[in-house]
Amino acid sequence: MKKIKLSKEHKTYIMVIAIYIIVEILMAAGVLSSHIKGLLVPMVYYAIAAVGLNLCVGILGELSIGHAGFMCIGAFSSAIFSNLVKDILPGGIRFLLAFVVGIAFAALFGFLIGIPVLRLNGDYLAIVTLAFGEIIKNVINAVYLGFDGRGLHASFTSASAMGLDAGGTTILNGPMGINGTPRDANFTIAMLVLLITLFIVQNLIKSRDGRAIMSIRDNRIAAESIGIDITRFKILAFTISAAIAGAAGVLFGHNISSLQATSGNFGYNISILILVYVVLGGIGNIRGSVIAAGILYMLPEMLRGLNAYRMLIYSIVLIAMMLFNWAPGARKWRSRVFGRFVRKEAA
Amino acid sequence: MALLEVNDLSISFGGLRAVDDLSFSIEKGELYGLIGPNGAGKTTVFNLLTGVYKPTEGIIRLDGEDITGKKTVDINKAGIARTFQNIRLFKELPVIDNVAVGLQNIEGCMYSTLDSILHTPKYHKVEKEIRDRSMELLKVFSLDGEWDIMASNLPYGKQRKLEIARAMATSPKLLLLDEPAAGMNPNETAELMDTISLIRDKFGMTILLIEHDMKLVSGICEKLTVLNFGRVLKQGVTKAVLEDPEVIKAYIGE
Repeated sequence: MKKIKLSKEHKTYIMVIAIYIIVEILMAAGVLSSHIKGLLVPMVYYAIAAVGLNLCVGILGELSIGHAGFMCIGAFSSAIFSNLVKDILPGGIRFLLAFVVGIAFAALFGFLIGIPVLRLNGDYLAIVTLAFGEIIKNVINAVYLGFDGRGLHASFTSASAMGLDAGGTTILNGPMGINGTPRDANFTIAMLVLLITLFIVQNLIKSRDGRAIMSIRDNRIAAESIGIDITRFKILAFTISAAIAGAAGVLFGHNISSLQATSGNFGYNISILILVYVVLGGIGNIRGSVIAAGILYMLPEMLRGLNAYRMLIYSIVLIAMMLFNWAPGARKWRSRVFGRFVRKEAA
Repeated sequence: MALLEVNDLSISFGGLRAVDDLSFSIEKGELYGLIGPNGAGKTTVFNLLTGVYKPTEGIIRLDGEDITGKKTVDINKAGIARTFQNIRLFKELPVIDNVAVGLQNIEGCMYSTLDSILHTPKYHKVEKEIRDRSMELLKVFSLDGEWDIMASNLPYGKQRKLEIARAMATSPKLLLLDEPAAGMNPNETAELMDTISLIRDKFGMTILLIEHDMKLVSGICEKLTVLNFGRVLKQGVTKAVLEDPEVIKAYIGE
């Protein structure tokens, strides 16, 4: 029998599809509690955000801790759009366009922020992206946006300052956020977006542009010396990374009907949470990001029954994963155990 | 007309004139050596030629085109490629990708970002071309056996070779080698001399190299410029320059 050799990329797709089928079967069998079901979409959008961030951290080699800010932009721009057109357009088209809007806005801001920020390196870049992430969240908290017969109105002071007509509706109500967004997101769509994200990122890595991006990561000076336009590729990777975070944000915004730009939703701790998925899944390892996001998002929720010991176990798992992925001894052990399968495959 | 013409090139760092009034020219196909004691300003000259530093004064012409003060990327596109004194490979990329990335701006090896993301038929066609060309180059440097291992896992001598292969991938008119034999044992140096001669004969490459290894310099360079404290000490045909008492004094002492 002829053996089909699967590439690393194909294995990732198969893994995601397998997870999807298993979860669908479990849902159909009625095994999953409504609590767990409610966690599925968030798990997937954090996985998407982690894949996007890995493009920035692992492939481009620039540490960003502002990705929750791009999620925030994606969530709010798309939720505003959906609220504007929810009476005009049917569900499917509306959600598709919401993705276009959310991704476009996140990419635009990624591009604009990338231009000044990517002149910095290392810790400086991390600090500035952190600041931009917080700025985005705080600005959205201060904006009031409404709609009436005369068009869109905005204000930075209060909802009444917009001077809406009698029939007008407030869409974005400052710190109260957006209410009544249609809940268009579901597990199937989220998994589809994850697959598309993986397709884009994995293809990009295995291409001319991907090689250029990774060469900048490995040695900027040498990359320049062989004619690689550093600025162009840095901004390209950062923009795509922000756009993917935006896509995750669209899912976020359409998974709940009431959306606020709180620290718990889009603060720097969420940026760091996504970074934890990336680091523990393996920097530059795209499949690892998906796995780490899945396990680490679900775990604390699954452990809720243990109450007081919950965060203790979570931290032990974090340490165990870190050792498994990065300790030299563990890596040797891994290559010994898993290397056996690889060699068989090659034969 | 000379391929590379450097006229009155100078650069100052604060009060220090690291390179002072340097002029030389290299003919097409020539193997030219730049030597001098430590701190003479040799690598600074390379950094000036490749746009890492902007000269305070002077003009650099490549094939008649003024490239003075241009950006490194544009100078590479104009036709100068280099290697580094302390090896700068793309360590986390496989050997073949180190070369493939050098083909970035080469006609026939390009496709758009959209092709990259969608893996279109054009992507597959051009990628194959890139692979073939990269393997061909690796064969020239007898690195084809190690095409799929990480660049950082190559032995030292081969890392040096890979760096030259990567520079050659950009199809330069002029190749700058910064101490290619540094840290090599005599066997590796001999092999390197063969490689350099091979590049020159096979590709008709013009080469400017910095080197301390006098055996290598006298073995392959046709002309030399000797720098000392940023100034030209002596210039001319290799044999005559190396026998010059002033050069011997600067290098070995009284």
